[in-house]
Amino acid sequence: MADPSVIGLGKPYNRRSRLRQIFSSQKTAPYVFVLPFILSFLVFFLYPIISTVIMSFQRIDGPEDVTFIGFQNYKNLLNPHFLNAVWLTTRYTFWTILVLVPLPLVLAIFLNKKTTIGKNFFRSAFFMPALTSVIVAGLFFRLAFGEQQTTLVNSMLGVFGIKPTIWLQDADASMFVMVLLCTWRWMGVNIIYFLSGLQGIPEELYEAAAIDGASEFEQFLHITLPSLKPVIMYVVTISVYGGYSMFAESFALWNGPRSPGEIGMTIVNYIYQEGFNNNNLGFGSAIGIALFAIVMAVNLLQLFSSGFFKKEGT
Amino acid sequence: MKKSLAILFSTVLLLAMILSGCGAKTSTAKTGDIKPTTLNFWTFQELHKGFMDDAVVTWNKNHPDKPIVLKTDVYPYDEQHNKLLIALQSGTGAPDIVDIEISKFANFLKGSKPGLVELNDVVEPVKDKLIMGRMENYAKDGKYYGIDYHVGAEVMYYNKALFEQAGVNINDIVTWDDYIAAGKKIVEKTGKPMTTLETTEHWSYYPLINMQGSDLLGKNGEVILDNEINKKTLEMLKDMLYKDKIAVPAPGGFHHSEEYWAWMNKGNAASVWMPMWYMGRFVQYMPDLKGQMVIRPMPIFPGGKKSAGMGGTGTAITTQGKNIELAKQFLAEAKLSKEGSIKTWSLLGFDPIRSDAWTDPAMSADNKYTDYFGTDIFNTLKAVIGDIGSINVGAKFPNAITLLQKNICFKVLKEQSQTPEQALKEAAEELRTK
Repeated sequence: MADPSVIGLGKPYNRRSRLRQIFSSQKTAPYVFVLPFILSFLVFFLYPIISTVIMSFQRIDGPEDVTFIGFQNYKNLLNPHFLNAVWLTTRYTFWTILVLVPLPLVLAIFLNKKTTIGKNFFRSAFFMPALTSVIVAGLFFRLAFGEQQTTLVNSMLGVFGIKPTIWLQDADASMFVMVLLCTWRWMGVNIIYFLSGLQGIPEELYEAAAIDGASEFEQFLHITLPSLKPVIMYVVTISVYGGYSMFAESFALWNGPRSPGEIGMTIVNYIYQEGFNNNNLGFGSAIGIALFAIVMAVNLLQLFSSGFFKKEGT
Repeated sequence: MKKSLAILFSTVLLLAMILSGCGAKTSTAKTGDIKPTTLNFWTFQELHKGFMDDAVVTWNKNHPDKPIVLKTDVYPYDEQHNKLLIALQSGTGAPDIVDIEISKFANFLKGSKPGLVELNDVVEPVKDKLIMGRMENYAKDGKYYGIDYHVGAEVMYYNKALFEQAGVNINDIVTWDDYIAAGKKIVEKTGKPMTTLETTEHWSYYPLINMQGSDLLGKNGEVILDNEINKKTLEMLKDMLYKDKIAVPAPGGFHHSEEYWAWMNKGNAASVWMPMWYMGRFVQYMPDLKGQMVIRPMPIFPGGKKSAGMGGTGTAITTQGKNIELAKQFLAEAKLSKEGSIKTWSLLGFDPIRSDAWTDPAMSADNKYTDYFGTDIFNTLKAVIGDIGSINVGAKFPNAITLLQKNICFKVLKEQSQTPEQALKEAAEELRTK
């Protein structure tokens, strides 16, 4: 509470006490404390979103050459390049979720066991790639997956008598490389999520199940999985977002948005290509808004199907 | 006593400091009567920084009354062009002088008021001495906005050793028919391909259509990508790969990939056609071929030209600069003067844009390029220079180049999922709707 002697009538205010009054007032203090967030939200989030929406209805040729063209940019979205980008990004997201949910889950269970040797070493080893620059990792993958017989991966396959593959100029092979790069990079992070979820499950549940004669697999199925459901849902949700917003991996693998035959052209790459490489900022904004709509739709669909909203309601 | 000593000591120190300060002031006033003007320069090519730094030294020697300091930032290719685009779009943050690559240049000339300064008053006085085809690449409505570093004459690089091994005389190759016939002999005798073709870039295809008078866009920016010449030329390249079997797709997809350099450095192909500026890549990335490679004019098509001016970087001045006139004069002296033009050869290994520089004795002096390719480089170039025209860089050019690289060349020459006609037609129709 404010000091009554300071705010009493007839006594001059001094600056320090006034500040103290603001910070200790139950009414104003909360607003003061959230002000930095509100300001940064308005300047760095809301303002860009609003201007992107406006720009998506414009044709922008220069700072003074802006014309409103209605829905033309959105009509132009129906072209093979955008559809290819949506299809490619959807496939990429599907594969990353398919790999990046079960695999880290299983690894987390192993890393959570008391009997596993070198737990801390493996935890940090799995997490390390998340700290690496994606550009450096992409460059390494680009060179490792080169098409020559002498490049790292092809020479390793050669030991087993497998012919060299042209990795980065083939649709399926390059999808494999992109998913592999993503797995290598994000597995450690997902392991951390699952580990924290696993550590929240009471030990007594397992003990009781063991006394009842449940096998390890039954324990996993009936205790671990249901208990981890919120974590799994969270990981899937951020993977949907992560998959659809993929940019840097593809950019590094093909040195820009120029993958041959658009085999690595994700939606964000398409925004980059149209917005910056072709100086078509209006159209680029329209693609951005479309991406926002797609991610929202997919996430809502996934949350509905997993009963997330039902649970909230009951 | 102690106190007064301390006061005396500090007074002496203070006086000494003030006096030394005054001394420093007078000395700067003497040496730097004229404050140099700082100009900012953005480039995506480290080599260009060296060229400009040298030009600043020359400028300051020639113009002691208006010295300059050039603050250069070297960015990655994409980053620099994007940064410039945002600076010009937002109206703030652009440098005084900037390098813009030819395939991006049209992006900066969009709209009624480009953010670049018109350079006609420095270009026109030396018009008769310039290879004007190179200036047209950076022009819009008769106004020039950029000055190139080089002509970019398309030439053939032959591997002498493989030709000797196959018993084929390089100088006998005059037409493309000769080239294909020689290629078959090379493959037969050496087991190595005659050449490599880019499947994810445009340097194998674009010069060939240009030499036949065709282009991606017409004079007025209209799309002519799917014309008969372009179709036949793409068919010829496809045949080289899969019918005549004298060519292979370039390892890594293009002639600037690390894989191609490593592969070519081992002498794995008998020839490659690229612009003159590609000499630097040989010297830098394929050192083992030193003394083995020779430069000859391109094989010709019936009624076609002997070469084409390919690639390029236009140095431009932005309207946001505070010293536009000074930047313009400096740029003109650096790149449009005879001395500057000669320096593009001696410092960068580029073919100069001023024709009177070509005959200067300085051009025949030995350097790392003559050491690598022999002393007859300039004679080869002189033989073809008259045939070099411009390319049509309309507003749709950046898009057309992207489609050529990613879709046409890749789908026809590598993936073989489309015929030349299908690929060209599909891309042309898309460009027409833009």
